Amino acid sequence: MLEVTSLSKSFDGFKAVNNAGLSVKDGEIVAVIGPNGAGKTTFFNLITGVIRPDSGKVLFKGEDITGLKPYQVCRRGISRSFQVVNVFPRLSVFENVQVSVLSRQKKTWNLFTPSSRLSVDDTEKILENVGLTDIRDATSTALSHGERKVLEIAIALGGNPEFLILDEPTAGMSPEETSRCIDLIKQLKEKLGITILFCEHDMEIVFSISDRIMVMVRGSTIIEGTCNEVRCCQEVQDAYLGGIDVCLM
Amino acid sequence: MAGSFFRTKSLWVIIGLVILFLFPVFLDRFYIYLAAIILLTGLCATSLNFVLGYGGAFQFHHAVFYGVGAYSAALMVLKSGLSPWLGFVVGPSVAAILGFIIGLICVRLSKLYFGMLQISLGSLVWAIVYRWYSFTGGDDGIHGIPLPDIISSPNGAYYFTLIVTSVSMFILYRMIKSPFGSALQGIRDNPVRSEMIGVNVRQQQLLALTIAGFFGGVAGSLFVVVDNTVFPDMMFWTVSLELVIMCLLGGWLSFLGPIVGAAIIVILRTYVSGVTVYWALVLGIIMMLVIFFLPNGVLGYLDRFMKKKVRAR
Ligand SMILES: Nc1ncnc2c1ncn2[C@@H]1O[C@H](COP(=O)(O)OP(=O)(O)O)[C@@H](O)[C@H]1O
Ligand SMILES: [Mg+2]
Repeated sequence: MLEVTSLSKSFDGFKAVNNAGLSVKDGEIVAVIGPNGAGKTTFFNLITGVIRPDSGKVLFKGEDITGLKPYQVCRRGISRSFQVVNVFPRLSVFENVQVSVLSRQKKTWNLFTPSSRLSVDDTEKILENVGLTDIRDATSTALSHGERKVLEIAIALGGNPEFLILDEPTAGMSPEETSRCIDLIKQLKEKLGITILFCEHDMEIVFSISDRIMVMVRGSTIIEGTCNEVRCCQEVQDAYLGGIDVCLM
Repeated sequence: MAGSFFRTKSLWVIIGLVILFLFPVFLDRFYIYLAAIILLTGLCATSLNFVLGYGGAFQFHHAVFYGVGAYSAALMVLKSGLSPWLGFVVGPSVAAILGFIIGLICVRLSKLYFGMLQISLGSLVWAIVYRWYSFTGGDDGIHGIPLPDIISSPNGAYYFTLIVTSVSMFILYRMIKSPFGSALQGIRDNPVRSEMIGVNVRQQQLLALTIAGFFGGVAGSLFVVVDNTVFPDMMFWTVSLELVIMCLLGGWLSFLGPIVGAAIIVILRTYVSGVTVYWALVLGIIMMLVIFFLPNGVLGYLDRFMKKKVRAR
């Protein structure tokens, strides 16, 4: 479904992403792991068009989407959530998700029908799926950190994506929130058939829900394979790159 | 619950409109004129707030669309020999086209740069109007613009202004509540995320800027009706500053905020400039007080106050 080959990006000569590659098949959950500053977020930014790559190729369902604008990427069926909460602060929870649904349904050029009558069911369904129905009218600034992270995902789901990218979805969540979030991610795959690419620091989570894992260090793909392959390879990596075990613990 | 709230809201609007319709019955000529100026200035401020408060665009020189709308309407009436009513179509349309062109140039820039370029381009338009003596009358402006009989009396002008302003405000309100408005507010809050959910931010903003230009032009055309004159200072940058202050003072997050701000500023200007020549100083002080004490404007403050009272009950 997604095919990334030798993607690179440098900032002022610093190679944040260097020759990274990845392939994700339909219906998979794939994790990207690596220490802080490895370039995971930048990698996601390159795929989703937030940043243009210096070189490399991104193919989505056979189509070359390298260097497209974020809105064009989104319209092809890729949604993402952000590591740092990136919502619409003055809108309510409901409106945050609704604007995403409206956009996906190409209604943002409608000037005269009240929004209050449009895409309401679809928005409510998403809120119910992620468990935000109770606080639908709260402003997003009034939410707890965990709730905001869930809202992050809900906004991404508003795009009714085939392919969902989650950048550290559980970062900063309490243990209960984390386990609920993991259940949600599993459900998204099983019930809605969404293909998921995510990055995460908690190795337990990564090994429990991923079909495959890509390891990234200093901007480069070190290995891409099943959980077992990655686990087995750990020593090999240690030998090649001292200190990588830090990221796997 | 939402239904009854909606009904009370429309009820207040209807009461307000009835009172405004009765103004000419118990107010004398000067106050009718003042009310008309407040209405059209309020419309102008609301059209600015459409892109400033709801769209997050630093439209710092909105008076240009007000002025260009007024000039286009006036020149159309004077020079075309066609029906004067056509002026009220041409004025806003020219303002909208100018809004589109200036928007097209500015929309690529972010925030403050957008504002700076907007001021420069606006000042350029002002300079052209100011200098082009043979066509615009230069700094003399144009006086005694002939109008259709029905709107040439003070009351006629007032009712025309009231009706056009009400209809325009209704349209702007509908737009803010539409999906277009939702997307616009999303862009204000977070342009990066808006792109990521599939919104073409620039196109969306460009349409908003065109619409704002159009209604700025409507307000300008109404000024021609009410005052019978146009002059270049209508689009001097200080007028734009006043418009921004109206939005901030009234409350840039509430729909009626700018019109409240317009009422306060227009009334103050009318009486203060009678007493002192230091209007700019007064304006500066108002601006400072608003920033320090009413960051959400008068309506924002009232809104919070009401909510507190409801909660206390
Ligand atoms: N816009 C940017 N400008 C300059 N450097 C950047 C930018 N974005 C990321 N970087 C750098 O690229 C490296 C990778 O960052 P990031 O992708 O956020 O890593 P991760 O998400 O794996 O923690 C970091 O060293 C970071 O400082
Ligand atoms: Mg990151």
